[in-house]
Amino acid sequence: MKAFADLYLRLDATTSSAAKLQALRDYFSTAPAADAAWAVYFLAGGRPRQLVPTRVLRELACTLAGLPDWLFEESYQAVGDLAETISLLVPESHQVGDDGLAHWVEQHLLPLRGLPVEQLQQRLPPLWAQLDRPSLMLCLKLITGSFRVGVSKLLVTRALAQLAGLDAKRVAQRLVGYTDISHRPTAARYQQLVAPASDDEHDQRGGQPYPFFLAHPLQVPSEQFDALLGPPSEWQIEWKWDGIRAQVVKREGQLWVWSRGEELVTERFPELHSLTQTLPDGVVLDGEILVWKPGSSADELAVQPFALLQQRLGRKTLGKKLLSDAPVVLQAYDLLEWQGEDWRSRPQHARRRQLEQVLEEHPLAPVVLSPLLEGTDWADLARQREQSRSLGVEGLMLKQREALYGVGRTKDMGTWWKWKIDPFSVDAVLIYAQRGHGRRASLYSDYTFAVWDAPAGTPGRALVPFAKAYSGLSDDEMRKVDAIIRKTTVETFGPVRSVTPTLVFELGFEGIALSRRHKSGIAVRFPRMLRWRLDKPVEEADDLATLQALLA
Amino acid sequence: MDLVIARPEGLYCPPGDFYIDPWRPVDRAVITHGHGDHARIGNGHYLAASPGAGILRSRLGQDINLQTLPYGERLLHHGVTLSLHPAGHVLGSAQVRLEYQGEVWVASGDYKVEPDATCAPFEPVPCHTFITESTFGLPIYRWPSQSEIFAAINAWWRANCAQGKASVLFCYAFGKAQRILHGLDASIGPILVHGAVEPLNRVYREAGVYLPETRYAGDIPRNDPLLRQALVLAPPSAGGSSWMRRFGDYSDAFASGWMLLRGTRRRRGVDRGFVLSDHADWPGLLWAIGQTGAERVMVTHGSVNVLVRYLNEQGLDARAFATEYGEEDDAVAVEPDA
Repeated sequence: MKAFADLYLRLDATTSSAAKLQALRDYFSTAPAADAAWAVYFLAGGRPRQLVPTRVLRELACTLAGLPDWLFEESYQAVGDLAETISLLVPESHQVGDDGLAHWVEQHLLPLRGLPVEQLQQRLPPLWAQLDRPSLMLCLKLITGSFRVGVSKLLVTRALAQLAGLDAKRVAQRLVGYTDISHRPTAARYQQLVAPASDDEHDQRGGQPYPFFLAHPLQVPSEQFDALLGPPSEWQIEWKWDGIRAQVVKREGQLWVWSRGEELVTERFPELHSLTQTLPDGVVLDGEILVWKPGSSADELAVQPFALLQQRLGRKTLGKKLLSDAPVVLQAYDLLEWQGEDWRSRPQHARRRQLEQVLEEHPLAPVVLSPLLEGTDWADLARQREQSRSLGVEGLMLKQREALYGVGRTKDMGTWWKWKIDPFSVDAVLIYAQRGHGRRASLYSDYTFAVWDAPAGTPGRALVPFAKAYSGLSDDEMRKVDAIIRKTTVETFGPVRSVTPTLVFELGFEGIALSRRHKSGIAVRFPRMLRWRLDKPVEEADDLATLQALLA
Repeated sequence: MDLVIARPEGLYCPPGDFYIDPWRPVDRAVITHGHGDHARIGNGHYLAASPGAGILRSRLGQDINLQTLPYGERLLHHGVTLSLHPAGHVLGSAQVRLEYQGEVWVASGDYKVEPDATCAPFEPVPCHTFITESTFGLPIYRWPSQSEIFAAINAWWRANCAQGKASVLFCYAFGKAQRILHGLDASIGPILVHGAVEPLNRVYREAGVYLPETRYAGDIPRNDPLLRQALVLAPPSAGGSSWMRRFGDYSDAFASGWMLLRGTRRRRGVDRGFVLSDHADWPGLLWAIGQTGAERVMVTHGSVNVLVRYLNEQGLDARAFATEYGEEDDAVAVEPDA
């Protein structure tokens, strides 16, 4: 545990990729395989569900520290992280045990799940007493499923590849699905990750998908496209779908559906199960799962809002009504494997041609071919992009016709660009603030925004809250806003402060829908601050009518 | 009778007709220590502890009307007996003891309870009413021992030396910088200081505090190999300025009590955070309050509401004093001298 805690501290202390890579290499070169297996799991984003209810942890911390509950809450508000707060409050232990990460996770932590409260209260204190402060914080992060450290999966992949003397792409391939909840990290699985390359590797992959190729945001004006991209004819152009990116894997008579988070989601989408029969073996499709309007024809663009898909994901069981009200399709746009052969190193246009042929020869009910867009020039395509919002898509995807299918967000084998439409935006007033977490701990950085309920000049008009946002400001702006919030506080309700309205921000968001859960009757998606409108007095912020107009 | 009340100009002693650390100009000011939020310009008459005279003159001007008083010596003014007692915060820092008609109040200014060699150690002074700060008034704040921190700073410096990198340590120029200098292992390499630090070093040395030899960083040419072995002390304001360029590839660190929290450490964006404060931590505050035997506690700048509520729950009569020291309540973001 101590070794992994030291690794965490080293990774946390630096922003340099080279230093992080070195820290990872140092750790993996000495860690026993069983510990390394779990370390890869956590570093690559694996998270077991919460093992102990937060309430039990808090109560126990209060008891051990001899503090009243309100003082714990005050401390938590200042720290902004539960695991760190507890590790700072309970008496520090100086007798550190030397059990490894695997031992801790398998023998001490996982068995905690589902235990009655009284048992947890007995078991946890002697465990905590074996950990120094950094190890305790880490242990609590593992218990609460909140372990995060600034390391990308790519970096972990590179560290392992360097140590094992392998190509990073091979390690990335082996790592796909490693964090899925249905597998448990073991020494043997770690050894497979770093084993020498073998010829039969390809045949042994079971239902494993390929690492997803990701797009880069295109953020230059379209007038510069010719210079940057060349003519549109060099690009395969599609709509950018607003759904769940997925790979459908069909091998040896079995079907697997993987989400971009490398989670197995086969059970979530019974509509796709018929592919077990209709799709030939040795095929991997890449595409987007979307809710499609029931009863619409295959040719029309009948994509339904992401909110419907989200509702489906939130349900534990998928009832008949839900499946008939919100059926899904797969908009297929790439073919990664055909007849058991890896097609990723063939150019985009060749993969597309084969994909079209597959779908022609095997009419696959829930699978639709993502249509291509044609344009005489970029200006023409920019005009087509303007319809995005009314069609329910997020903009356009530009895929280099010669691009191979890369690993992650890379550009070395050709590029995918996402050319998204500009977000909706309104000028809103900051009315409540709460302190943030992590890097924003102790700073008032999470805000509630409001618009006016009536046009300017209406006597007695009021501000109605409609969105919360915490991202988009620079550190410097955040510090200034924090200072203003502290000076203009009207009331404090627990962790929340209400302020005299003085601050106006341009708020951006991706979608807008009617909502019964919000006071304003409106819910927005992905709200964030686009800029601080220092030039705008509060009276000139937008009103509800502006939001309602966006709904239309 | 209340011997100290809060007035718009600052904390005021009505029977003695003087102020303690006023934030607006007044006729008579008793100054607890030389940090900018406690010692301000424009007062008619200053009274401070003798060891702090050099600091006050160097910061407020050589010509201020300054009267000094050795620690522990009593002075009678309008029937109020006044004496100054070490607060352990910085050189010359003092608690102000006031006695009037059998009633004793102590205003502690800023204080630290762990002794260090750059100033007289905190001395508990029995009183009926104790005025305390609350900068780190949350139970999360428990300091590691300073010997542990100095060892960590020296180890960091040594490791950087081995890699041929300068070690730039940001800290407040008055108090913290001298405390660090005193704790450094000068055999590791040369010690350089920013222009804001050197004048204060001079005052400390003149007051008899031992500090290792320091050189003004501006005197060292840009490519001098000496830079790659050096430890550089600079105020936080120097971070990100062009002044930093002379050090080439360097490692940086920040020394402050706020570095205890991961969030503040990360926000600083430095390689290392060293938890070193000139203020009392939570156990220190409670210990100091207990030592005075006071039944009434007035809480100033920091986590005022938290400490007031906690002390009341412990059976003391605790109240808040609104002041303009530090920043208002829990302003970690602003990070005053800490």
